[in-house]
Amino acid sequence: MIGFLQNLIDALSLGSLYALAGLGIGLLFGILRLTNFAHGDFITFGAYALIVPSLDVMATKFIGGWPWYLMLPVVAALVVVMALLSDLLVFRKLRQASAPTLMIASFALGYIIQNTILMVYGARPKAIDMWSNLQQQVTIGELRVPQLQLVTIGATVVLMVGLSLFLGRTSYGVQMRAAAEDFRMARYLGIKANFVIGLAFAISGVLAAMTALLFVSQTGTLSHMMGVPLMLFAFIATVIGGMGSLVGAVVGGFAVGFVSVMLQAYLPEDLRSFRDAFVFTVVIVVLLFRPSGLIRAKALVQRV
Amino acid sequence: MLEIDNIHVNYGRLQALRGVSITVAEGEVVCLVGPNGAGKSTTLAAIAGGVTPHAGSIKLQGRGLVGLPPEAITRLGVSLVPEGRHVFATLTVAENLRIGGFQRRDRGGAAADFERMLGHFPRLRERLQQPAGQLSGGEQQMLVIGRALMTRPRLVMVDEPSLGLAPMIVDQVYEILLSLRRSDGLTLLINEQSSKRVLQFADRIYVLRGGRIQLHDRASNLQDGKAIMEAYFGFGEQPAAAAGPAALGGVAE
Repeated sequence: MIGFLQNLIDALSLGSLYALAGLGIGLLFGILRLTNFAHGDFITFGAYALIVPSLDVMATKFIGGWPWYLMLPVVAALVVVMALLSDLLVFRKLRQASAPTLMIASFALGYIIQNTILMVYGARPKAIDMWSNLQQQVTIGELRVPQLQLVTIGATVVLMVGLSLFLGRTSYGVQMRAAAEDFRMARYLGIKANFVIGLAFAISGVLAAMTALLFVSQTGTLSHMMGVPLMLFAFIATVIGGMGSLVGAVVGGFAVGFVSVMLQAYLPEDLRSFRDAFVFTVVIVVLLFRPSGLIRAKALVQRV
Repeated sequence: MLEIDNIHVNYGRLQALRGVSITVAEGEVVCLVGPNGAGKSTTLAAIAGGVTPHAGSIKLQGRGLVGLPPEAITRLGVSLVPEGRHVFATLTVAENLRIGGFQRRDRGGAAADFERMLGHFPRLRERLQQPAGQLSGGEQQMLVIGRALMTRPRLVMVDEPSLGLAPMIVDQVYEILLSLRRSDGLTLLINEQSSKRVLQFADRIYVLRGGRIQLHDRASNLQDGKAIMEAYFGFGEQPAAAAGPAALGGVAE
């Protein structure tokens, strides 16, 4: 029982990362019909922003050495600038383009970011020690939980509550939901297309930055490809959660986290190295029974 | 107020509009009638900035609209209620209405208009916190008209207000549009497939078929309905045999 609870907290903590990354992807998909494969590289960029740019093997902390109340907003601001520039330089030229074209453009953008990081920081993964005091365990009854996992789960809850308040209570949030449902109609009512899209990119940038900080403090390493698997699992999360539904992205993120951790824990030893194959099998089974995902988006109106 | 001069719109190789010219004067009610696929919706979309004509000009009080994005045209005082209503189904009725006022500078005016719309459409007041997708078709039509008026337009365009509604509800919708015209001094440009209703309602009528204006006149000159029917169905033209059945097939009346 204790073992299961321990695994459950692991699952929540991993699921948090997938859910945050999934939200960033789902938000842009909802408004722009863009499956942003560069989102993982936004995360990578946020992580590398913590250290001094150099080809040295040892990472020297830069922003990463600042107190958290400075570090969080500065990293978030940097990734937001990156996201807005991506829109300005790449996606704004492609407003009339089809969804596959947008997706391929996002792949290209992702490669450009990866390779730029490769040139500036070098190819070798770097170790970085972020918030190592959070590795201490908290004891709750017989349960021993690293503080970092609680911080991850807590930060995710805070971000989600913040996002849902923003979308539900503010006029900008209402505009974004309207645009996600029927973009053309929203424009006929005077809502500025580029503004709403920019807002979505900015929010996905904030989410990517926070994902980066939590991810780096869990893994303790930086690599120019670090965002790719995160993006892949988050993308799967949005698909099984239901493309176009933000609740779906969160549910999907936690579901993928849960399945991964439980398979890791309970698969026979010999099969554990094939864990991801089993995860994908579960994904396929879910999609066979619910082709449009666990949470069906209520309005997936084709954007013209 | 609105001057459309010889606009052409293509969808790929399909010519949707082949030289359409329409004028609407301040305070007027102008109706566009014509069968399915005549180009009525395309005409309204071109005015609202949803599609861009490749030739011709559209002017609102002398100011060119071609090439402006839809949101800019809305800010100039043109509001389109597109065909099929397009409520934001997951948003509440109140949010749907308020969206129309977001682009306005006068917050107080928008709040006052919100109350005024609820006065016009008391049914909506009872349902303010419900998702708009749960409303009946008639209520949704009222909501989208109210929402369009929240932008404080000078020109309101309604695309097929009667589509998919019971005749009694359609009467109500037209009554409301007429009373809003009186109370707010609206200028209206309305698409309709049914020419009967339009004859009681419009000041002037344009008949559109095959992407061209076939006829336009004051409604008072068209009351016997014969000229409209001829223009609508293309009777009396040489290739009538070809055009006739296709046009008939698309007419819901």
